[in-house]
Amino acid sequence: MAEAQNSPTLGSARAGGPPPVGSTTTGSIAVAAESTVATRMSAPPSFDVTDFPVPHGREEEWRFTPLERLRGLHDGTAVANGDGVKVTVEAPEGVTVETVGRDDARLGKAGAPVDRVAAQAYSAFEKASVVTVPKETVLTEPIRIAVQGQGGTAYGHQVIELGAFAEAVVVIDHTGDAVLAANVDYLLGDGAKLTVVSVQDWDDKAVHAAQHNALVGRDASFKSVVVTFGGDVVRLHPRVTYAGTGAEAELFGLYFTDKGQHQEHRLFVDHNTPHCKSNVVYKGALQGDDAHAVWIGDVLIEAKAEGTDTYEMNRNLVLTDGARVDSVPNLEIETGEIVGAGHASATGRFDDEQLFYLMARGIPEHEARRLVVRGFFAELVQQIGVADIEERLIAKIEEELEASVA
Amino acid sequence: MATLEIRDLHVTVEADNATKEILKGVDLTVKQGETHAIMGPNGSGKSTLAYSLAGHPKYTITGGTVTLDGEDVLEMSVDERARAGLFLAMQYPVEVPGVSVSNFLRTSATAIRGEAPKLRTWVKEVKETMERLHMDPSFAERNVNEGFSGGEKKRHEILQLELLKPKIAILDETDSGLDVDALRIVSEGVNRVRESGEVGTMLITHYTRILRYIKPDHVHVFAGGRIVESGGPELADKLENEGYEAYVKGGASA
Repeated sequence: MAEAQNSPTLGSARAGGPPPVGSTTTGSIAVAAESTVATRMSAPPSFDVTDFPVPHGREEEWRFTPLERLRGLHDGTAVANGDGVKVTVEAPEGVTVETVGRDDARLGKAGAPVDRVAAQAYSAFEKASVVTVPKETVLTEPIRIAVQGQGGTAYGHQVIELGAFAEAVVVIDHTGDAVLAANVDYLLGDGAKLTVVSVQDWDDKAVHAAQHNALVGRDASFKSVVVTFGGDVVRLHPRVTYAGTGAEAELFGLYFTDKGQHQEHRLFVDHNTPHCKSNVVYKGALQGDDAHAVWIGDVLIEAKAEGTDTYEMNRNLVLTDGARVDSVPNLEIETGEIVGAGHASATGRFDDEQLFYLMARGIPEHEARRLVVRGFFAELVQQIGVADIEERLIAKIEEELEASVA
Repeated sequence: MATLEIRDLHVTVEADNATKEILKGVDLTVKQGETHAIMGPNGSGKSTLAYSLAGHPKYTITGGTVTLDGEDVLEMSVDERARAGLFLAMQYPVEVPGVSVSNFLRTSATAIRGEAPKLRTWVKEVKETMERLHMDPSFAERNVNEGFSGGEKKRHEILQLELLKPKIAILDETDSGLDVDALRIVSEGVNRVRESGEVGTMLITHYTRILRYIKPDHVHVFAGGRIVESGGPELADKLENEGYEAYVKGGASA
């Protein structure tokens, strides 16, 4: 395990031994320094795609992404062709589901696009979908949004709004084949509780880019579980800002990156409000040649955000040679009056010694591999809280492992 | 009666772009119920013998045979050897993050026994064995070897030995790094298994200290990649008094 663990009380970043070949794990902490999070982006956030130059690949936010595989989402050549995705919303009673035009006031309230593809999505969608859970409505069944790829290209926008003290679980399930850029806004009223599970279970050729913006109200709780298995390129930006004190956000992620796949998760938590919490845990397994996972974890604690408590962690398990992980946690602190802040990143191999140890106890190789990967993901799978998704996920992990053994 | 037969075993290892012969013709027969102490100086190849028998991929067998009850051990994969009845208690047990001890033990016992142990009796069996080894119950929920102290790792190895009940147990420097109390606890575990009369034990050690707790039937001096002298327990007394000097000087270079 190569490990970089930082905590501001240590005063400086500390890194463990050299990372294994084929992965990078770097971490940085900026204390009351220039805003690295903001300056690392090549343009300020905007809803207008023309405010962003076409990326050439050397920009900080694009340097890990294979632009040539984005099928034109980044340079304006990808045109929506009407058979991109089929979106079906299945909601329990009491929930309002609307299709609205671009001028609806609820759109874009949770945050502006931060890169060209997100802005392209915002500039190009024709209709948006708004799901509303009225205040004080506590749902006992999840809201299920199926996004089924139809083989074409699409842009979209989805808003999920919870009124004060409402509670809901939302599952957004991406399957099939598509080239899709679509952003999702989560608006949480005061005291609301929202769990969102976004599953990227795409076919092999799909390309999916999305920005998830959560605006978390006073004393509200937001839990995001991002599960990425499929696709040729998946590039997601889960982002959180706070609208009131006492709010908390948990961002969990699992990815299983196979041969040739590029899966990129770029997180940002903006502690812009005092006495809020955030906890980020992303775990990924990789196998096969040119499997590439990227994890960027940016946390900004603004000067006014006293009493912040934040931790972020990324763990990667490299199962075979030829895979690559880039893991970059960044913690930027503008006030010392906080409860806690830290981050950790580690990339380890399922190595020959572990395999030998398990096999020396009679456990066959494929069983040993399964034991390790299941154990690795177990704590996160338990966080999902939606039984059929948990079962599907475990089945999916088994399936991926079968493929690796074959 | 289970018998492990090692005949003229030659083993090489790749190091610094060169092939080095470590084992240079080892002959040894271990029968069920017997305890053989293999003693030798550092670098004599004792651990190489242990890992070669277990099938570690780092070592290449270049000559000789190893059979267990007539079956060719060298043809078997690592897990097949374990299921055939070989057990290696490792000097440096490996950390397996994300896999709990209880899950690991049950998976292993299922593989070795050929069927999943009945849950109720299994839980009791594990609990009692852990108690005898002075292991806290919380141990079962920790990840395999992760953050274990040296003594905890060795106790965990002996816990597996007791639960898996092999035909042949190879204990590779199980005594190294243990204080006297831990050494006693671990030795008692080994003796419980030996008293069953169903295991042949190869006790690989650098020191004679453990032999106060585990009495061997045979003592072998290992030097320069082979057994250079064999005898009864009295040979250990001789080593205790005289050390390995005589064997190392005799041209058996490490």
